[in-house]
Amino acid sequence: MGDRPRDRRSDHDRPAGSPARRPGDLRVVGTAHRRIDAVGKVTGRTQYADDLALPRMLHAKLLRSPHAHARIAQVDVSRALALDGVHAVLTGADLPTPFGILPVSQDEHALCPDRVRFVGDPVAAVAATTEEIAAAAVDLIAVEYEPLSVVGDPAEAIAGDAPLIHDYGDAGNLHKLVNLEFGDVEEGFAAAHHVREDLYFYGGNTHLAMEQHASLAEWTPDGRLTLWSSTQTPHYVHRALARVLELPPGRIRVVATPNGGGFGGKSDPFNHEIVVAKLAMLTGRPVKIALTREEVFYCHRGRHPTLMWVKSGVARDGKLLGLHFRTLLDGGGYGSYGVASTYYTGALQTVTYQVERYKFEGARAFTNKPPCGPKRGHGTPQPRFALEVQMDKIATDLGLDPAELRLRHLVTADTITANWLRVGSMGLGACIAKVVDASGWRTRRGTLPYGRGLGLACSSYISGAGLPIYWNDMPHSGVQLKCDRGGGVTVFCGSTDIGQGSDGILATIVSEVLGVPLGEITVVSADTDLTPVDLGSYSSRVTLMSGNAAIQAAERARDIISQHAAEKLQVPAERLVFAEGRVFDAADPDVWLSFAEAVQGAEARTGTVGTVGSYTPPASPGRYRGAGVGPSPAYSYSAAVVEVEVDPDTGIIRVPKAWVAHDIGQCINPAMVMGQVEGSVYMGLGEALMEEMVYRENRGLVHKIPSMLEYKSPTTLEMCDVETHLVADPDPNGPFGAKEVGQGPLLPIPPAIANAVFDAVGVRVDEVPISPEKVLRALKDKARGGPGRTGPTAFPDIPWPEPIRVPTPWEGGDGKALKHDAAGRRGRAADQSAAALPRSGAASHPERQH
Amino acid sequence: MLRLPSFTYLAPKTLKQALQWKHDAGPEGMYVAGGTDLYPNMKRRHQDPKVVISLAGVKALRRKPAERRNGGTADAGLALAAGMTLTEITEHRKLRRRYPVVTRGAELISTPLLRNMGTLGGNLCLDTRCTYYNQSYEWRKAIDFCMKKDGAICWVAPSSPRCWAVQSSDLAPVMVALDAQLHLVGRAADRTISAAAFYHNDGIAYLTKQPDEVLTEIRLPAPNGWDATYHKLRRRGTFDFPVLGVAIWVRWDAARVDDARIVLGGVASWPQAVPEAAEAVRGTQLEDAAIEAAATAAFRPSKPMDNTDFALAWRKEMTRVYVRRALEELRDRHATRRP
Repeated sequence: MGDRPRDRRSDHDRPAGSPARRPGDLRVVGTAHRRIDAVGKVTGRTQYADDLALPRMLHAKLLRSPHAHARIAQVDVSRALALDGVHAVLTGADLPTPFGILPVSQDEHALCPDRVRFVGDPVAAVAATTEEIAAAAVDLIAVEYEPLSVVGDPAEAIAGDAPLIHDYGDAGNLHKLVNLEFGDVEEGFAAAHHVREDLYFYGGNTHLAMEQHASLAEWTPDGRLTLWSSTQTPHYVHRALARVLELPPGRIRVVATPNGGGFGGKSDPFNHEIVVAKLAMLTGRPVKIALTREEVFYCHRGRHPTLMWVKSGVARDGKLLGLHFRTLLDGGGYGSYGVASTYYTGALQTVTYQVERYKFEGARAFTNKPPCGPKRGHGTPQPRFALEVQMDKIATDLGLDPAELRLRHLVTADTITANWLRVGSMGLGACIAKVVDASGWRTRRGTLPYGRGLGLACSSYISGAGLPIYWNDMPHSGVQLKCDRGGGVTVFCGSTDIGQGSDGILATIVSEVLGVPLGEITVVSADTDLTPVDLGSYSSRVTLMSGNAAIQAAERARDIISQHAAEKLQVPAERLVFAEGRVFDAADPDVWLSFAEAVQGAEARTGTVGTVGSYTPPASPGRYRGAGVGPSPAYSYSAAVVEVEVDPDTGIIRVPKAWVAHDIGQCINPAMVMGQVEGSVYMGLGEALMEEMVYRENRGLVHKIPSMLEYKSPTTLEMCDVETHLVADPDPNGPFGAKEVGQGPLLPIPPAIANAVFDAVGVRVDEVPISPEKVLRALKDKARGGPGRTGPTAFPDIPWPEPIRVPTPWEGGDGKALKHDAAGRRGRAADQSAAALPRSGAASHPERQH
Repeated sequence: MLRLPSFTYLAPKTLKQALQWKHDAGPEGMYVAGGTDLYPNMKRRHQDPKVVISLAGVKALRRKPAERRNGGTADAGLALAAGMTLTEITEHRKLRRRYPVVTRGAELISTPLLRNMGTLGGNLCLDTRCTYYNQSYEWRKAIDFCMKKDGAICWVAPSSPRCWAVQSSDLAPVMVALDAQLHLVGRAADRTISAAAFYHNDGIAYLTKQPDEVLTEIRLPAPNGWDATYHKLRRRGTFDFPVLGVAIWVRWDAARVDDARIVLGGVASWPQAVPEAAEAVRGTQLEDAAIEAAATAAFRPSKPMDNTDFALAWRKEMTRVYVRRALEELRDRHATRRP
């Protein structure tokens, strides 16, 4: 545990108001309270994107490709244009500029100009007076396709005769190749007491946000565009619109409407957003689009199906002397966040248990399916599944308790890992202790009757990516604060509330600092005209980054107000306390001003009381090419024990209960923290047991089940009981010590279930989802004397590039790659330059995406 | 958003009116009861009536369950009006007491909200389902449609001349197992047929009902010494259609099975009776060996196709397990009831 004494940790079940729970004497932060948007949501007054309507509004529909891979020979829109009620028809030629979320992957078009890359890729768009007319018009558009061979999966993508899906990438259809080496893993394996190699597969699944994407665009005669959209990243949409529509950003306003869930599925700029904007510009009328559920499956950007090969070498006590990971991601038809996703499948293996030497090879293949991207946990649930099952196997091999194995080798707080990630606070030990105690792990594991079992797994996640998506040295989050004469405060921030409650975080933090009741704080967020930039609701960054920006802005306001309140009350400014809507003398609470009076005094002296705050994450010690993915101001930690019941006749798994402990640093609103933990468990359960994107290989790779009925996600009846324990180990980089909770608690659930299945019936399903047929197959295999395993059996040959070799901190490294490796191919000088930009040539640092 | 197309909606008050209006509408007309299946299908355009004739307002279809008597005294069973909602079925106390298998079958259908709208008759007439068919117009266009709607081929079995869409009602196998009698009213004549004769093993022509006929009444046999159960396999405990349904009826003669019917749902285009499985338990006391023999006999002809949830080999395998468990339930219940 390093130099952090165990007794610093506290948790939510300490008695309320006990001093240990309230370092710094917090009044609002850390107390459960109602979400600030709750009443609007439960009374149906919240206006989602599809609830918006403007006078003279037109409706848009997209014509989507029925082919997974084809050239577009000809598009004839004349019959559609002739239909009564149709105002405009667009094709790829109308929007020729490519875009994409990452500067290195500008490979999407709003409408495909010459080529379609998956069933559902949009080809044309119609704006008409009603949705029905638009749909009818879409059906009248004649497209002549020249079908191309279809690439169904990464193995087909790298086969010699596969057609190229894009004309850029690292090797053929391999969009991205990574090879990083931190210390000599072979040396680690040679020194190891026990070495094992395993293959794992994590299936692809999608976000399934309740709200389907919708957008409304308005173009006014003065040449200004407004787009209201269900997006998690209005700032990036703003940039994409300016680029594709060739408009000055100052003429574009993007408003993120309240999201009915995002989970990463609304983090890219989308073709339909650009299309309605262009249609509004052409027709001079507002244009709305509301996607169907099926179309949302085509937007996708969900979990990459990932094949993994893991080789681990451990000492007799289980310490990881060498760890070698290979990942192969099925990226789908476009780049999206894929380069970052690829790095993420190798980034965070080192922040939980000490890894002496680490090697990571990652590859992402283009295939003719909807593009994969960031889903809750972005690129890390897959390797986390592999690593945590691997740890369980190692424990079994060594005859150790899996919890004990992990506890022995925890990464200590305030250290730098083999791959140069700086870990600050680290509460995983306390998390493991919590779930082990609560679940009765030590007495129940291995002793339950056949068919019942317990499994344990852990994880960690970033509290915000250390680097922005496009290279710049500006803050990641900005807040403006306006204090009103009446005592109210308005907080302006570009952050986007996607249901996770980020607006409430801003209000709570400002309430804490200025002592203004929550009900008198107004939050204006996610509006590029009104709010300073926040990069968006992804990478679990919002609480930490916008929270820190809000603290800075609020403290600056407090300083201004204090100055005048101090004079008025004739009390030293440092003795003033802001609480309960008043400004007090700490020494004599009877000496006070109301907050409104204090603001009025300040405004009379210095004018409008408004401040700004911003946040930039600390620099990371890693300086090698690829070091941009993984660093974070703070890492959250989670541990889970899951109990399962496996029916040995059917293979059907029931999960009665999960115990989860999460190191949150500090709760801002414990009620929302608990909600995020439970929601993460739910999503993890769905991924582990049933959710999967399935395509019909025999029917040109159509999505087999693009509906909420047939894409199986757990219902209330499948949801397990969740017992949540919060570990509060405040991180110096977090606002009031807070770390993330939106994504991390999902990660241990799938491996914990896999490990529990092993405890229950003695078989290994090294593949997610752990469907009943796979369990039954493994049981039959075992009954026949086999190893009792279902899972992948081979990892294809990948043309890995020469590794970038980076000495570990304990080898005396400095965070940079070796100037010349054995083959002498990569120099340190190139590491920080843009020398390796792919052919798309975007002027931005290629490896610094989150 | 997926929207309903425009259509004419007629709300007759009497059966006679309904039959006439349906006749007038011709092939473009369709009856609707609860609409929980038809309207989503219309949104996806794989059912596209231009005239929808609602049976919801026809009082004759909404009668309370009536006991039937032979010669005024002997119990001849219970008659259920086809327009009873599934919720009414599940909440009906006498039904629960005397025909728990019907209550159970109804309870396992979809969700409470849909059971509030969906009807007994509607469930028995439920359109067959297929993952190549229950899809949007655009999706079906991408595969060049299928023979059940707008196309020429069955993608489940491309060399087959017939459609393999799946019987997906929970109450259909139950009614066939009970040998319920279904009463149909047509313009020209009424008729009563056994539930088994109501279905046809074809994904398109899955009912023997004439298009204009209305299913008005479901007549359950008197509960005199028989027992029955229904087991349903699906991914989730709510909401999902069956990928396998096992309905078993047995008539006990003291400790022995005097007669039995075993019917599988979700594995063919109709509720599939497996007489060889029933034969395997006839005359036995449902000893383990008899149950195993019946499970194996049911497993053999169970041939699920790749057109619904789950891997089909596993679904076939589950026939054995579900038949076994259903028979064990009947055996155990009989053991506890006998003095």
